[in-house]
Amino acid sequence: MSNSVLVVGGGIAGIQASLDLANRGTKVYLVEKTPSIGGRMAQLDKTFPTLDCSICILAPKMIECYRHPNIDLLTYSEVEEVKGEAGRFTVKLLKKPRYVDSTKCTGCGTCMEKCPVKVPSEFDMGLGNRKAIYMPFKQAVPLIATIDTEHCLYFTKGVCRVCEKVCPSKAVNFEQKPEEITAEVSSLILATGFDVFNPSAMREYGYGRFKNVVQSMEFERIISASGPTGGHLVRPSDGKEPKSLVFVQCVGSRSQHGEFPFCSSVCCVYATKESILTKEHAPETDVSIMYIDMRAVGKGFQEFVDRAKEEHGIKYIKAHPGGIAEDPVTRSLQIYYEDIPTGNMKKLDADMVVLCPALIPKEDNRRIAETTGLELDDYGFFKSRNSLTAPVDTNVPGIYVCGYCQGPKDIPESVAQASGAAARAAETIMCTTKGVKS
Amino acid sequence: MNEEEKPRIGIFICHCGVNIGAVVNVPEVVEYAKTLPNVVHAEGNLYTCSSEGLSKIKEAIKKYQLTRVVVASCTPRTHEPLFRSACEEAGLNKYLFHMANIREHCSWVHPKEPEKATEKAKEMVKMAAAKAALLEPQEEPEIDVEPTALVLGGGISGMTAAVSLANQKFKVHLVEKENELGGKLRELYKLYPNDCYTSDVLEEFKQAVRSNPNITVHTSSTLKQSEGFIGNFKVTIDHKGKEEPFDVGTIIVATGADVLKPNGTYCYGQSKNVVTQLELENIFKEKTIGKPKNVIMIQCVGAREEKEGGRNYCSRICCAVAVKNALQIKELSPETEVFILYRDMQTYGREFEEQYEKARQNCVQFLRYDAENPPEVIQCSDGKFMVKVHDILLNATLELDADLVVLSTPLIQREEAKELSKLLKVPLGADGFFFEAHVKLRPVDFATEGIFICGTAHSPKTIAESIAQAYAAASRAGIPMALKRVRTEAITAFVNEELCTGCGTCVKLCPYNAIQKDEYGIARVNDVLCKGCGVCAASCPEKAINMRHFSDKQVLAEATAALGGA
Repeated sequence: MSNSVLVVGGGIAGIQASLDLANRGTKVYLVEKTPSIGGRMAQLDKTFPTLDCSICILAPKMIECYRHPNIDLLTYSEVEEVKGEAGRFTVKLLKKPRYVDSTKCTGCGTCMEKCPVKVPSEFDMGLGNRKAIYMPFKQAVPLIATIDTEHCLYFTKGVCRVCEKVCPSKAVNFEQKPEEITAEVSSLILATGFDVFNPSAMREYGYGRFKNVVQSMEFERIISASGPTGGHLVRPSDGKEPKSLVFVQCVGSRSQHGEFPFCSSVCCVYATKESILTKEHAPETDVSIMYIDMRAVGKGFQEFVDRAKEEHGIKYIKAHPGGIAEDPVTRSLQIYYEDIPTGNMKKLDADMVVLCPALIPKEDNRRIAETTGLELDDYGFFKSRNSLTAPVDTNVPGIYVCGYCQGPKDIPESVAQASGAAARAAETIMCTTKGVKS
Repeated sequence: MNEEEKPRIGIFICHCGVNIGAVVNVPEVVEYAKTLPNVVHAEGNLYTCSSEGLSKIKEAIKKYQLTRVVVASCTPRTHEPLFRSACEEAGLNKYLFHMANIREHCSWVHPKEPEKATEKAKEMVKMAAAKAALLEPQEEPEIDVEPTALVLGGGISGMTAAVSLANQKFKVHLVEKENELGGKLRELYKLYPNDCYTSDVLEEFKQAVRSNPNITVHTSSTLKQSEGFIGNFKVTIDHKGKEEPFDVGTIIVATGADVLKPNGTYCYGQSKNVVTQLELENIFKEKTIGKPKNVIMIQCVGAREEKEGGRNYCSRICCAVAVKNALQIKELSPETEVFILYRDMQTYGREFEEQYEKARQNCVQFLRYDAENPPEVIQCSDGKFMVKVHDILLNATLELDADLVVLSTPLIQREEAKELSKLLKVPLGADGFFFEAHVKLRPVDFATEGIFICGTAHSPKTIAESIAQAYAAASRAGIPMALKRVRTEAITAFVNEELCTGCGTCVKLCPYNAIQKDEYGIARVNDVLCKGCGVCAASCPEKAINMRHFSDKQVLAEATAALGGA
C-alpha cells in the first residue's frame, strides 16, 4: 500500500490539491506536461471580482510547490500508463528531455538572449516571441531552460549550439534522453484544465482573417504588464490604442448547432473584468459587451457587473451577433447583430473586437481516460461518479478529479474542488492503509 | 542586541517586471539604498520572488554575512512568507526580515509621476532599513492540536464534511439544531440530474454518518459558547437546555441558508396559490399540484435588485431550480402550460444548459422581462391570477392567466448567523454570507486559523458545489489535525511587570480575551490567543505593554526616517 498521491496538471487546481496533501505530510508527485507549472491562471492579467494581479497571488503557491519537501515536481512530463487500484496504483511517467541539466541550470537566461531562433510564444498566445531555448515566462517554476527541438537549429539542421557555448553553468546537454519514471501511489487526482476553442472555425467572426479580432486569452496577454505589448492596450494591426472595443460572448459555446452546447461559466464575468481593465488603461475607450444572458452567478459577481455599468460606463447589449466585417483600409470592424430587445438588425463600429470562445476540455483527456479506464462525457470532460452527490469522485475508485477538466468552473470553485479531491485522496490513504473500506 | 554588534542589512529592490520598474527608477533606488546606515549590500531584481531572486537573497546572506534583510517589492500579504522562508533557509531568523511595499503603496498609485515615485520609494526603503536595524529574532511556539472536529450544521454540507473527516480517522461532533439531520434538503422533492428523490439521497448520507463510529451526532443542539484557538477550542453545546462541553481542534461552519419570503410582493402571502420555489417542492411532495392550466414562475424576486428587502446578488441556483420544477410540473401534468419569466437565464455550465434546452423542447415558455419593467401579479375575483409581463423578445405586453404563481427568491443568510459570527469571531460579508479569507484562493478558510466554511452559509450554491466545498473544508481542517501540531503567531503583546499597575484597561479592551490578571494583579497575555492587534499596547496608560516585532522603538525609528531624521 502506498501513501503517495499523483496529481496530473500543474494549474491552480493541481497546485492546490498538491499543497493540501503535502502540507498534511503526504508525499505528492505533481506532473505537468509543459516546462512550467502555473497553467492558465499564470497567463491571466487580473482576476475577478477583486482585480487581484493573477500571477502575484499564484506565484507564491507555485514556488511553495517547488520548495516543498513533500512534493516531487515532475514538469515536462506525461502520464504514460496507469495500472492497479485504489491504494496501489503504478503509474508510468515519461520525463521528456529538456536538453538542459536541471541540476546545473540557474535560470539566468543567457542562452535565451543568444539563441538566434525566434518562435511564437505559447504563453503569450503567439502574440510575442520566445526563443528555441526558452523559459515559458518570467516567473516560471522551475526556472529551467528547455530546448524546443522542433525549432532548434541544432535539432533541425545540425548547426549552431550557441546556447551550449554561452551557458555559464555548462547546463546544456544535447545528449539528454527521455526518462521513464515509475511511481507507486495510493490515488490519482486529475486536474488537466481547459483549452480555448479556436474561433477561426466560425468564419462569420473573421478571427484569423481580421487582425483586430482577437480572442480573450490573447486579450489577457495584451493587457498584462508582462505581455508582448508591455501592458499597453493596442490593437494588433497598427499598434494604436483602440477607441472602441466590443466583447462578443458565447463564441462556439451555448450553440445548439455544432460547436459546444454548454456554457463556459466564466466568460460573462471575465469580459466584465477585461472591460473594467480596458477602462483603467484608457478611460475614454468605448466598451460594449454583447451577450445573450448575463451570467454573473458567483459570490460578488453581480455586484461586480453592477459596478462595471454604473462606475465604469460599460455598455451591456443583449445581442446575437451575426457577423463581423472589416474596413480593408482602416482595419476597423463593423459588427452586425440582432438587437434582442427590438429584434432589429443593427450595426456597431469597433476598432477592436474580443471574442470570448468556449473553453473546452483538453484533447489529452481521451488518452488519460483510456489508460485509467475513466469515463468522459460527450464533450470530453471527466465524468464524476455522480454529478450530484460525488462531484470529485470518478467511476474508478481512488481516482479523483477537480477543476475545469470536470466541467466549467471558475478559480474559487476549482480551488475548492481541488482541496475536496485532496480530502478524498487523504481518506483513501487512511482507509486503505488501515484496512477499512471507504 | 549587542551594542558592538552592528546590524548588517541587505536590501533587494524588485522591478516586478514593469509593475514597479516602469515607474520607479530601480537602479537609482539601489544606489541610494547603498548609502543608508548599516546597509552592506543592495541590488535590484527583475522578480525578487522568482526562484532566481530567492537564491540571490540566500547567496547574499552568506556572502555579506547579512543579519537583516529588506525586500522592497509588493505586498507582504502574499509575499512575506516566501521571503521569510528564504531567510530561514539561509540561517536567518525570519523575523529579521522586513518589507517595503513600493508597488501598491508607490508605483501603482503614482504611475504618472515617475520621478516623485522614485523619491518616495527611496524614503520607503530608508524607513524599512531604519526599522530593520532594530528588529529582533522571534519564535513561533508550537502547540498541540486536538484531533477532533466540530461541524456546525447537519445538512448535506455538514454531513459530507463530517464523514470525510471521520474517514480521515478524526473524531467529529456533528451539531444540528433541528431534531434530525438533512437541513434544507428535507424540504425538497426530487433532484436534478438523476431525477432521484431527495429523501433517498439524504438517507444515503445519513446512513454514512450513522454508521461511522468516529462521528457523534448532536441533534436539537446549538453552539452555546466557544473559546480558545486552533487546535484547542473549548466549545459548549446546548442540547435542550443541557450544556455539554467538548475540546475540539478545528471547527467547520456548515449552517446553510434560508430562502427569502417575498412578503408583500406579487401577492405573496395573500393566497396559497402564490408560493416560493421551496413551497412548490412541498406541493410536489404532498402531491397536491393537480392539473392547473397555467403555472407562472417569476425569476429574480428579491434578487439582483437594489430594492428594500431584496438582495443585490444573484442567487445562482434559482434559474436551474425553476427549469427543474417546470419539467417536474410537465411530468406530473403534461397539459399544464408553464411560463418562466426571467431576466437572464443563469443555467451556467454543462448540465444546467442541457436541462434548459430540454425544458424548451418540452414547451416550457420562457418570457424575458427587463429589470426596469417587472411583471405584475393581479388577483382576480375568482381567486385566480392575471400576470402582466412585457416580453422584450416579442416586444409585447402579455396578459396571462395563472392558477399558480411561483416566485424564485434568493437564498439568504440565516438570522442566527449574526450570533454565530460573534461567537466564533468570524466575519459576515456585505451580502450577509460568511466571508472567507480570500475570495479567489482561500474559498473555505476563515482568516481565523482553525475555522472553516462550506456550503450555502458561504454563498448560494448547488448541492454538488456544496459537497465539493464540504470536502474542501474537510481537507483544510484535516491538515493541522493530521500534523497534530501547529506553529502560532510570534507577534504578540508582552507586559513589563515593573510598570503594570493592574488597572485592567487591557483586560477589558482585548478583542480576543487574551489578557487576564494573575494572582498578583498583573496583566498576563496568553500568547496563543493574542493576535498581535496592539489595542492593549496603544491603550495602556503606563506604557507597560509592548508588541513583539512592532516595539515603540522600532515604530518610532521608521517614523523618524520618514520625517527626514536619521
